[in-house]
Amino acid sequence: MSSSSFSNNTAEVALKPGSIAPDFTLKTTPDQTVSLKDFLGTPVILAFYPADFSPVCGDEMSLYNEILPEFQGFGAEIMGISVDGVWCHLAFAKARNLHFPLLSDFEPKGEVARNYGVYNKKEGICERALFVINKVGVIHWSYISPVGINPGAAGILKALESLDTNNNNNQSVQKNQEQVQQNNTINEKRK
Amino acid sequence: MSSKYSSLSLPIDTKRDHIQGPDTAPITLVEYGDYECPYCGQAYSIIKQIQDYFGDNIRFVFRNFPLTQVHPHAQRAAEAAEEAGSQNKFWKMHDYLYEHQQALDDNHLEKYAKIIGLDLERFNKDMENHIHVPRIREDFLSGIQSGVNGTPSFYINGTRYDGSWDFDTLVQILTSVIDNP
Repeated sequence: MSSSSFSNNTAEVALKPGSIAPDFTLKTTPDQTVSLKDFLGTPVILAFYPADFSPVCGDEMSLYNEILPEFQGFGAEIMGISVDGVWCHLAFAKARNLHFPLLSDFEPKGEVARNYGVYNKKEGICERALFVINKVGVIHWSYISPVGINPGAAGILKALESLDTNNNNNQSVQKNQEQVQQNNTINEKRK
Repeated sequence: MSSKYSSLSLPIDTKRDHIQGPDTAPITLVEYGDYECPYCGQAYSIIKQIQDYFGDNIRFVFRNFPLTQVHPHAQRAAEAAEEAGSQNKFWKMHDYLYEHQQALDDNHLEKYAKIIGLDLERFNKDMENHIHVPRIREDFLSGIQSGVNGTPSFYINGTRYDGSWDFDTLVQILTSVIDNP
């Protein structure tokens, strides 16, 4: 599919970095749900994809499954989201030996994808879209790929790296502030 | 598609990479592949034909991208190929594995090592100690960083090729690369 047909099909505009990531609660198994807000304090990768069981070996979800250790190295959690039902997700996860949750944006169909601006109304499926959400629930990076092209993971890893740098900067700013406060206290006592 | 996340991040290194064809060739084709992937198996024979067709005009590089969660034998097969590489017989093993994709368990790998004439004692020791695992992971991660999005993934002169890789299409694409460098 060409990128031009992709853009014609999308009415909404994908949420940009800096936007608050809309919260959601979706089923991941027939009797379990996952809410985005439960992950505050953890970087989250949301991978919207068109459908379970695409007919290639190294499909997008299988690829992310292989690099879970790298994602975990950044302390990040990944979740796949499509409009498939939970039973379909279960069969897909089993067939591909997936070790991360697949969320079912099934009812109302595509609601979460719509909230993120990545629902393809014409086809009735999610676009292939990636969001990296920081620890405080703000979108740090997003990327929309033409539906026919698996975006790979290079962009996600770069986004996580830059997130890490920001966090380290924040941490060092915080540490620095603490140090300044300690020094002030010592100086106060000296007086 | 932006090329931001789809160009080769680890340059070809004649010391580390497995390479066929001259360094001066106008085309460098890199494959990130998995020995147990049936699509890579199809690509294997097509690449052979492409190499025959382009001769010295093509340099072919193979890097490991085992999808271990879907292909239980892919990692060990990659280790066997790397071990063969350390005994200067990488391509012999690479070809043998793709020609025997249906049987890649450890017993068969040892059998293939014997058939292609590896030092078996060393083969078994190195396979047991998993000494090639870091190299395979390095290949894998370089693939991830280069935007590998499945197997096989091809790079033509450093840029990921997302089109069809049947013989006729590849000939057409690669010819245009030679004609318009």
